[in-house]
Amino acid sequence: MNEFAGSQYVIEVIYLVASALFIFSLKWMSSPATARHGIWAGEIGMVLAIAGTLLHRGIVDWKWIAVGLVLGSGIGIPLGMVQMTAVPQRTALSHAFGALCVTLVGTAEFYLRTPDVPKFMMSVLSAEVILGGLTFTGSLMAAGKLQEILPQRPITYKGQNLVNFLLFAAAVGSAVYLVLHPEAKQFFPLIVGISLIFGVLLVIPIGGADMPTVISLLNGYAGLSAAAMGFVLNNKLLIIAGALDGSSGLILSVIMSKAMNRSFTNVLFGAFGQVQVSAAGGQEAKPVRSATAEEAAAILSAANKVVIVPGYGMAVAQAQHKVRELYDILSKKGVEVRFAIHPVAGRMPGHMNVLLAEADIPYDRLIEMDEINGDFPQTDVALVIGANDVTNPAARNDASSPIYGMPILDVDKAHTVMVIKRGMSPGFAGIDNPLYYLDNNLMLFGDAKQFVGAIVRELSGGH
Amino acid sequence: MSSNVIDLLFIFMLACFIGFEVIRHVSPLLHTPLMSLTNALDAIAVVGAIVLVGERKSTFATVLGVIAIVAATSNVVGGFFITDRMLKMFKSSRPTKP
Repeated sequence: MNEFAGSQYVIEVIYLVASALFIFSLKWMSSPATARHGIWAGEIGMVLAIAGTLLHRGIVDWKWIAVGLVLGSGIGIPLGMVQMTAVPQRTALSHAFGALCVTLVGTAEFYLRTPDVPKFMMSVLSAEVILGGLTFTGSLMAAGKLQEILPQRPITYKGQNLVNFLLFAAAVGSAVYLVLHPEAKQFFPLIVGISLIFGVLLVIPIGGADMPTVISLLNGYAGLSAAAMGFVLNNKLLIIAGALDGSSGLILSVIMSKAMNRSFTNVLFGAFGQVQVSAAGGQEAKPVRSATAEEAAAILSAANKVVIVPGYGMAVAQAQHKVRELYDILSKKGVEVRFAIHPVAGRMPGHMNVLLAEADIPYDRLIEMDEINGDFPQTDVALVIGANDVTNPAARNDASSPIYGMPILDVDKAHTVMVIKRGMSPGFAGIDNPLYYLDNNLMLFGDAKQFVGAIVRELSGGH
Repeated sequence: MSSNVIDLLFIFMLACFIGFEVIRHVSPLLHTPLMSLTNALDAIAVVGAIVLVGERKSTFATVLGVIAIVAATSNVVGGFFITDRMLKMFKSSRPTKP
């Protein structure tokens, strides 16, 4: 019997080391210089924890564990090889998988223990499957929207907030009942089923532009459900990892919401992003000044300071590599080129940064909005590629605008603004952008990749 | 070695505080790899599934457990792989060639 007690002790020590490694892993993510050590720490911690768990005295058979590990690796590797533009949907999918694991384990644990489930355990078990269930389906919906398998525009119906609230109340109510009456095990499938439906209905009304906040929230929920699992299984490592992941997700959600100047409740229940037809009508007549690639190239090469403002549209057009060529050729001519990154540019927090890093643009050229906003008045040229709402001055000036109060990049304060856009259609907020009609603005109509490519050709043509 | 609930709550609370502090200092530059990393770490839930499958207490539990292992392992392997790929891409300014 002594050796069993010993191996349990060994497992606990291994979990202790793994916890410390996980904390270091996140700590080292604070800067690109140390970040890769963070991965090593995380990997070692994970391997230790898994190996340690295999020592568990209750394990009688390793065969199916091995099958699962191999199959999982087989799925994970191709998922790890996706392009940077697909990272948001891959991230959403991985949240779904994580939540699936937690929900399944919770369900299995319930049926193994019922009806002898003490009150506290039943409570955390319910929390585990409720959070896990809604995160599973919610993340699948998010992945579908990002991959554009599902419509990106919000799908709303009357009274939906009430329906969602009632569903959630029903799930929690059933859980409370089950806690008090552990023999009523037929309630359990009800709890899981409601949570799954709730997840779908929660994410369906959310539009593409709000995805960064939603993905961050789902990240947080996945973490909290894992922490709940830790309480159920009496596993401190799980509690710690879940708490770290949960706080990470929640912090990112707060940052994203602030960057869109909307509260969570507004994102979840406000169905922002529906095209507002009234605003767009009647603006057709106003003239805009446009320019050709030659003219744009001339303006750029005459500038001293250029700030490029990339948006999701640039990624969609796969223009980031051409943009890198533009960066190279302008830098060679002695122009200072920097990139202004709005926190919600892209489809998930930090998305724009990895897209530009993938194109080999040095990361010290990528400047956050708060840092660079004050520099626009001294900037000769602001080049906006595939971004719209984040450059809209109505957010500053027009109190009646739906985006009023949202922090934006003050590109209109630069000496000259050039916007590469395919046409005059509104962005996700569905409103017109007064920037385009300003005197210091030039529209560059065309596909981002082709237009930037044309500018690069003009610049290298020997001016 | 079962800890009582209060101990676990203390640990949870402390871990949340540590999480907030550590994550606050992560550069916005790295928010995307941060999310894929935390997701990979979250897949530590696999240890619960491993015990479930290893104990072979019921067919139902074993089946659910194997699916859970597959899902979690996919996150571990894929998550670390893609985070590493992303971090490799972040390079600092090279001196501009004349």
